[in-house]
Amino acid sequence: MIAQGAARESGALGEQFGTFEQQHQAETLGMWIFLATEVMLFGGLFTAYTVYRTFYPAGFAEGSRHMDVLYGSVNTAVLIISSLMMSLAVRAAQLGHQRALTRYLLGTALLGVLFLAVKGLEYQKHFAEGMVPGLVWQYGGPLPNQVELFFFAYFVMTGLHSVHLGIGIVAVLVFAARARFGTFLVQRSAPVEMLGLYWHFVDVVWIFLLPLLYLFGLSS
Amino acid sequence: MPDRVVPVRTCFIVCAVLLVLAGGSVAVAQVDLRGWNTLIALLIAAMQAVLIGQFLMHLRWSPPVIRLVAMAGIIWLAILLAGTLDDILTRGWLPVPGK
Repeated sequence: MIAQGAARESGALGEQFGTFEQQHQAETLGMWIFLATEVMLFGGLFTAYTVYRTFYPAGFAEGSRHMDVLYGSVNTAVLIISSLMMSLAVRAAQLGHQRALTRYLLGTALLGVLFLAVKGLEYQKHFAEGMVPGLVWQYGGPLPNQVELFFFAYFVMTGLHSVHLGIGIVAVLVFAARARFGTFLVQRSAPVEMLGLYWHFVDVVWIFLLPLLYLFGLSS
Repeated sequence: MPDRVVPVRTCFIVCAVLLVLAGGSVAVAQVDLRGWNTLIALLIAAMQAVLIGQFLMHLRWSPPVIRLVAMAGIIWLAILLAGTLDDILTRGWLPVPGK
Protein backbone atom coordinates (compact mmCIF):
# COMPACT_ATOMS: atom_id res chain seq x y z
CA MET A 1 0.00 0.00 0.00
CA ILE A 2 2.92 2.32 0.61
CA ALA A 3 4.15 1.68 -2.92
CA GLN A 4 0.67 2.43 -4.20
CA GLY A 5 0.54 5.70 -2.29
CA ALA A 6 3.81 6.75 -3.91
CA ALA A 7 2.52 5.70 -7.32
CA ARG A 8 -0.60 7.79 -6.78
CA GLU A 9 1.47 10.85 -5.90
CA SER A 10 3.67 10.43 -8.98
CA GLY A 11 0.56 10.22 -11.17
CA ALA A 12 1.16 6.65 -12.36
CA LEU A 13 -1.97 5.38 -10.58
CA GLY A 14 -5.10 7.41 -11.33
CA GLU A 15 -7.12 8.72 -8.41
CA GLN A 16 -10.24 6.87 -9.56
CA PHE A 17 -8.56 3.45 -9.46
CA GLY A 18 -8.05 1.22 -6.42
CA THR A 19 -5.23 -0.85 -7.85
CA PHE A 20 -2.86 -0.95 -10.82
CA GLU A 21 -4.63 -4.07 -12.04
CA GLN A 22 -7.99 -2.32 -12.10
CA GLN A 23 -6.48 0.64 -13.93
CA HIS A 24 -4.84 -1.63 -16.46
CA GLN A 25 -8.08 -3.50 -17.17
CA ALA A 26 -10.00 -0.23 -17.56
CA GLU A 27 -7.42 1.06 -20.04
CA THR A 28 -7.46 -2.14 -22.07
CA LEU A 29 -11.27 -2.22 -22.12
CA GLY A 30 -11.43 1.42 -23.25
CA MET A 31 -8.93 0.78 -26.05
CA TRP A 32 -10.86 -2.26 -27.28
CA ILE A 33 -14.14 -0.32 -27.29
CA PHE A 34 -12.39 2.34 -29.40
CA LEU A 35 -11.15 -0.38 -31.76
CA ALA A 36 -14.71 -1.76 -32.02
CA THR A 37 -15.84 1.69 -33.22
CA GLU A 38 -12.98 1.60 -35.72
CA VAL A 39 -14.26 -1.74 -37.00
CA MET A 40 -17.58 0.02 -37.58
CA LEU A 41 -15.90 2.94 -39.39
CA PHE A 42 -13.96 0.69 -41.76
CA GLY A 43 -16.88 -1.78 -41.82
CA GLY A 44 -19.09 0.81 -43.50
CA LEU A 45 -16.55 1.16 -46.31
CA PHE A 46 -16.12 -2.61 -46.64
CA THR A 47 -19.90 -2.94 -46.88
CA ALA A 48 -20.12 -0.21 -49.54
CA TYR A 49 -17.39 -2.03 -51.46
CA THR A 50 -19.30 -5.34 -51.16
CA VAL A 51 -22.55 -3.76 -52.40
CA TYR A 52 -21.00 -2.15 -55.49
CA ARG A 53 -18.92 -5.19 -56.28
CA THR A 54 -22.11 -7.29 -56.14
CA PHE A 55 -23.80 -4.85 -58.53
CA TYR A 56 -20.82 -4.49 -60.89
CA PRO A 57 -18.62 -7.61 -60.66
CA ALA A 58 -17.09 -7.19 -64.14
CA GLY A 59 -16.18 -3.52 -63.59
CA PHE A 60 -14.59 -4.23 -60.20
CA ALA A 61 -12.56 -7.13 -61.63
CA GLU A 62 -11.43 -4.86 -64.48
CA GLY A 63 -10.48 -2.13 -61.99
CA SER A 64 -8.58 -4.61 -59.81
CA ARG A 65 -6.57 -5.71 -62.86
CA HIS A 66 -5.16 -2.17 -63.06
CA MET A 67 -3.62 -2.51 -59.59
CA ASP A 68 0.04 -3.40 -59.22
CA VAL A 69 0.21 -6.44 -56.93
CA LEU A 70 3.90 -5.82 -56.25
CA TYR A 71 3.15 -2.61 -54.31
CA GLY A 72 0.41 -4.34 -52.32
CA SER A 73 2.55 -7.39 -51.50
CA VAL A 74 5.61 -5.39 -50.46
CA ASN A 75 3.47 -3.20 -48.22
CA THR A 76 1.83 -6.25 -46.64
CA ALA A 77 5.24 -7.63 -45.72
CA VAL A 78 6.35 -4.21 -44.42
CA LEU A 79 3.29 -3.93 -42.17
CA ILE A 80 3.60 -7.49 -40.83
CA ILE A 81 7.25 -6.86 -39.92
CA SER A 82 6.26 -3.54 -38.32
CA SER A 83 3.77 -5.46 -36.19
CA LEU A 84 6.60 -7.77 -35.11
CA MET A 85 8.63 -4.68 -34.12
CA MET A 86 5.65 -3.34 -32.19
CA SER A 87 5.11 -6.60 -30.32
CA LEU A 88 8.81 -6.54 -29.34
CA ALA A 89 8.38 -2.92 -28.20
CA VAL A 90 5.44 -3.93 -26.00
CA ARG A 91 7.60 -6.72 -24.55
CA ALA A 92 10.44 -4.29 -23.86
CA ALA A 93 8.04 -1.93 -22.07
CA GLN A 94 6.66 -4.77 -19.94
CA LEU A 95 10.15 -5.92 -19.01
CA GLY A 96 11.36 -2.38 -18.34
CA HIS A 97 14.03 -2.34 -21.04
CA GLN A 98 14.11 1.36 -21.82
CA ARG A 99 16.74 1.38 -24.59
CA ALA A 100 15.25 -1.61 -26.39
CA LEU A 101 11.82 0.04 -26.19
CA THR A 102 13.16 3.20 -27.87
CA ARG A 103 14.86 1.14 -30.59
CA TYR A 104 11.84 -1.02 -31.38
CA LEU A 105 9.50 1.99 -31.44
CA LEU A 106 11.81 3.78 -33.88
CA GLY A 107 11.94 0.62 -36.00
CA THR A 108 8.15 0.43 -36.02
CA ALA A 109 7.84 4.09 -37.07
CA LEU A 110 10.47 3.61 -39.78
CA LEU A 111 8.56 0.66 -41.29
CA GLY A 112 5.35 2.71 -41.09
CA VAL A 113 7.04 5.53 -43.04
CA LEU A 114 8.32 2.96 -45.56
CA PHE A 115 4.73 1.75 -46.06
CA LEU A 116 3.51 5.31 -46.69
CA ALA A 117 6.40 5.94 -49.08
CA VAL A 118 5.50 2.86 -51.16
CA LYS A 119 1.85 3.91 -51.04
CA GLY A 120 2.88 7.39 -52.21
CA LEU A 121 4.77 5.92 -55.18
CA GLU A 122 1.70 3.87 -56.02
CA TYR A 123 -0.61 6.90 -55.82
CA GLN A 124 1.84 8.79 -58.03
CA LYS A 125 1.56 5.98 -60.59
CA HIS A 126 -2.26 6.26 -60.53
CA PHE A 127 -1.96 10.00 -61.14
CA ALA A 128 0.49 9.43 -64.03
CA GLU A 129 -1.88 6.88 -65.57
CA GLY A 130 -4.88 9.18 -65.14
CA MET A 131 -6.67 6.72 -62.85
CA VAL A 132 -7.74 9.11 -60.08
CA PRO A 133 -11.52 9.67 -60.05
CA GLY A 134 -12.47 13.32 -59.69
CA LEU A 135 -8.95 14.66 -60.26
CA VAL A 136 -7.28 12.99 -63.25
CA TRP A 137 -9.51 10.50 -65.04
CA GLN A 138 -8.26 9.49 -68.51
CA TYR A 139 -9.23 5.82 -68.46
CA GLY A 140 -10.19 4.66 -71.95
CA GLY A 141 -10.83 0.94 -71.41
CA PRO A 142 -14.06 -1.04 -71.01
CA LEU A 143 -16.76 -0.27 -68.37
CA PRO A 144 -15.39 3.22 -67.53
CA ASN A 145 -18.07 4.15 -64.97
CA GLN A 146 -17.75 0.90 -63.02
CA VAL A 147 -13.94 1.02 -63.05
CA GLU A 148 -14.15 4.61 -61.79
CA LEU A 149 -16.34 3.40 -58.93
CA PHE A 150 -13.78 0.72 -58.08
CA PHE A 151 -11.00 3.32 -57.99
CA PHE A 152 -13.15 5.59 -55.86
CA ALA A 153 -13.57 2.76 -53.34
CA TYR A 154 -9.83 2.02 -53.58
CA PHE A 155 -8.79 5.60 -52.82
CA VAL A 156 -11.25 6.06 -49.94
CA MET A 157 -10.34 2.74 -48.29
CA THR A 158 -6.56 2.96 -48.70
CA GLY A 159 -6.69 6.71 -47.96
CA LEU A 160 -8.48 6.21 -44.65
CA HIS A 161 -6.09 3.38 -43.83
CA SER A 162 -3.07 5.58 -44.61
CA VAL A 163 -4.46 8.37 -42.41
CA HIS A 164 -4.73 5.84 -39.58
CA LEU A 165 -1.17 4.69 -40.19
CA GLY A 166 0.05 8.31 -40.27
CA ILE A 167 -1.58 8.98 -36.89
CA GLY A 168 0.01 5.76 -35.63
CA ILE A 169 3.47 6.85 -36.81
CA VAL A 170 3.18 10.23 -35.06
CA ALA A 171 2.03 8.50 -31.86
CA VAL A 172 4.86 5.94 -32.05
CA LEU A 173 7.43 8.74 -32.53
CA VAL A 174 6.03 10.68 -29.55
CA PHE A 175 6.25 7.49 -27.49
CA ALA A 176 9.81 6.84 -28.72
CA ALA A 177 10.83 10.33 -27.57
CA ARG A 178 9.17 9.77 -24.21
CA ALA A 179 10.90 6.40 -23.87
CA ARG A 180 14.27 7.94 -24.79
CA PHE A 181 14.12 10.91 -22.44
CA GLY A 182 12.13 9.59 -19.50
CA THR A 183 11.39 6.45 -17.54
CA PHE A 184 7.60 6.92 -17.43
CA LEU A 185 6.85 4.33 -20.13
CA VAL A 186 8.92 1.56 -18.58
CA GLN A 187 7.48 2.18 -15.12
CA ARG A 188 4.07 1.42 -16.51
CA SER A 189 3.73 -0.58 -19.72
CA ALA A 190 0.01 0.05 -20.36
CA PRO A 191 0.40 3.09 -22.68
CA VAL A 192 2.75 1.17 -25.00
CA GLU A 193 0.41 -1.85 -24.89
CA MET A 194 -2.51 0.37 -25.99
CA LEU A 195 -0.39 1.86 -28.78
CA GLY A 196 0.44 -1.70 -29.84
CA LEU A 197 -3.26 -2.63 -30.02
CA TYR A 198 -3.89 0.33 -32.34
CA TRP A 199 -0.92 -0.52 -34.54
CA HIS A 200 -1.92 -4.19 -34.90
CA PHE A 201 -5.49 -3.14 -35.70
CA VAL A 202 -4.28 -0.96 -38.59
CA ASP A 203 -2.27 -3.98 -39.79
CA VAL A 204 -5.39 -6.18 -39.73
CA VAL A 205 -7.32 -3.65 -41.85
CA TRP A 206 -4.60 -3.79 -44.50
CA ILE A 207 -4.62 -7.59 -44.44
CA PHE A 208 -8.26 -7.45 -45.60
CA LEU A 209 -7.62 -4.67 -48.14
CA LEU A 210 -4.94 -6.71 -49.95
CA PRO A 211 -7.21 -9.52 -51.25
CA LEU A 212 -10.20 -7.24 -51.92
CA LEU A 213 -8.36 -4.54 -53.89
CA TYR A 214 -5.25 -6.17 -55.34
CA LEU A 215 -5.68 -9.92 -55.57
CA PHE A 216 -9.14 -10.58 -56.88
CA GLY A 217 -8.54 -9.21 -60.38
CA LEU A 218 -5.50 -11.44 -60.96
CA SER A 219 -7.29 -14.63 -61.92
CA SER A 220 -10.65 -13.38 -63.17
CA MET B 1 -0.26 -7.24 -12.79
CA PRO B 2 0.77 -6.22 -16.32
CA ASP B 3 -0.40 -8.26 -19.30
CA ARG B 4 1.33 -11.52 -20.02
CA VAL B 5 4.75 -11.03 -21.57
CA VAL B 6 4.76 -12.84 -24.93
CA PRO B 7 8.01 -14.76 -25.56
CA VAL B 8 10.23 -13.44 -28.38
CA ARG B 9 10.00 -16.86 -30.04
CA THR B 10 6.19 -16.60 -30.22
CA CYS B 11 6.39 -13.11 -31.76
CA PHE B 12 8.78 -14.30 -34.47
CA ILE B 13 6.85 -17.52 -35.22
CA VAL B 14 3.54 -15.63 -35.51
CA CYS B 15 5.18 -13.06 -37.79
CA ALA B 16 6.69 -15.80 -39.97
CA VAL B 17 3.35 -17.59 -40.26
CA LEU B 18 1.68 -14.27 -41.18
CA LEU B 19 4.24 -13.70 -43.95
CA VAL B 20 3.82 -17.25 -45.27
CA LEU B 21 0.02 -16.87 -45.28
CA ALA B 22 0.31 -13.53 -47.13
CA GLY B 23 2.62 -15.14 -49.70
CA GLY B 24 0.21 -18.06 -50.02
CA SER B 25 -2.68 -15.68 -50.57
CA VAL B 26 -0.83 -13.87 -53.38
CA ALA B 27 0.18 -17.24 -54.93
CA VAL B 28 -3.34 -18.72 -54.79
CA ALA B 29 -4.71 -15.52 -56.39
CA GLN B 30 -2.77 -16.30 -59.60
CA VAL B 31 -4.84 -19.45 -60.15
CA ASP B 32 -8.42 -19.21 -61.41
CA LEU B 33 -10.58 -21.17 -58.96
CA ARG B 34 -13.88 -20.27 -60.65
CA GLY B 35 -15.38 -17.86 -58.16
CA TRP B 36 -13.75 -19.34 -55.06
CA ASN B 37 -10.71 -17.05 -55.16
CA THR B 38 -12.16 -14.25 -53.04
CA LEU B 39 -13.60 -16.63 -50.45
CA ILE B 40 -10.27 -18.43 -50.03
CA ALA B 41 -8.35 -15.12 -49.89
CA LEU B 42 -10.74 -13.83 -47.22
CA LEU B 43 -10.39 -17.06 -45.23
CA ILE B 44 -6.60 -16.64 -45.28
CA ALA B 45 -7.01 -12.99 -44.19
CA ALA B 46 -9.32 -14.11 -41.38
CA MET B 47 -6.72 -16.64 -40.21
CA GLN B 48 -4.11 -13.86 -40.17
CA ALA B 49 -6.47 -11.58 -38.23
CA VAL B 50 -7.11 -14.32 -35.65
CA LEU B 51 -3.36 -14.88 -35.22
CA ILE B 52 -2.73 -11.15 -34.75
CA GLY B 53 -5.68 -10.82 -32.35
CA GLN B 54 -4.88 -13.88 -30.26
CA PHE B 55 -1.11 -13.50 -29.95
CA LEU B 56 0.06 -9.97 -30.83
CA MET B 57 -3.00 -8.25 -29.35
CA HIS B 58 -2.97 -10.64 -26.35
CA LEU B 59 -6.65 -11.67 -26.68
CA ARG B 60 -5.61 -15.23 -25.86
CA TRP B 61 -4.56 -14.13 -22.39
CA SER B 62 -7.19 -11.39 -21.89
CA PRO B 63 -10.14 -11.53 -19.49
CA PRO B 64 -13.52 -12.53 -21.03
CA VAL B 65 -14.86 -8.96 -21.06
CA ILE B 66 -12.05 -7.84 -23.42
CA ARG B 67 -12.64 -10.80 -25.73
CA LEU B 68 -16.34 -9.98 -25.70
CA VAL B 69 -15.74 -6.40 -26.84
CA ALA B 70 -13.41 -7.64 -29.61
CA MET B 71 -16.12 -10.05 -30.77
CA ALA B 72 -18.78 -7.31 -30.53
CA GLY B 73 -17.09 -5.25 -33.26
CA ILE B 74 -16.89 -8.27 -35.57
CA ILE B 75 -20.46 -9.37 -34.86
CA TRP B 76 -21.72 -5.84 -35.57
CA LEU B 77 -19.91 -5.90 -38.90
CA ALA B 78 -21.43 -9.31 -39.67
CA ILE B 79 -24.92 -7.94 -38.94
CA LEU B 80 -24.26 -4.95 -41.21
CA LEU B 81 -23.06 -7.17 -44.06
CA ALA B 82 -25.80 -9.80 -43.63
CA GLY B 83 -28.54 -7.19 -43.36
CA THR B 84 -27.30 -5.40 -46.49
CA LEU B 85 -26.64 -8.49 -48.60
CA ASP B 86 -29.99 -10.14 -47.83
CA ASP B 87 -31.51 -7.12 -49.57
CA ILE B 88 -29.31 -6.70 -52.62
CA LEU B 89 -28.84 -10.42 -53.34
CA THR B 90 -32.57 -11.19 -53.29
CA ARG B 91 -33.92 -8.16 -55.15
CA GLY B 92 -34.42 -10.02 -58.40
CA TRP B 93 -36.29 -12.96 -56.86
CA LEU B 94 -39.83 -11.57 -57.01
CA PRO B 95 -41.38 -9.62 -59.88
CA VAL B 96 -42.45 -6.69 -57.74
CA PRO B 97 -43.94 -3.90 -59.88
CA GLY B 98 -42.22 -0.54 -59.63
CA LYS B 99 -39.06 -2.13 -58.20
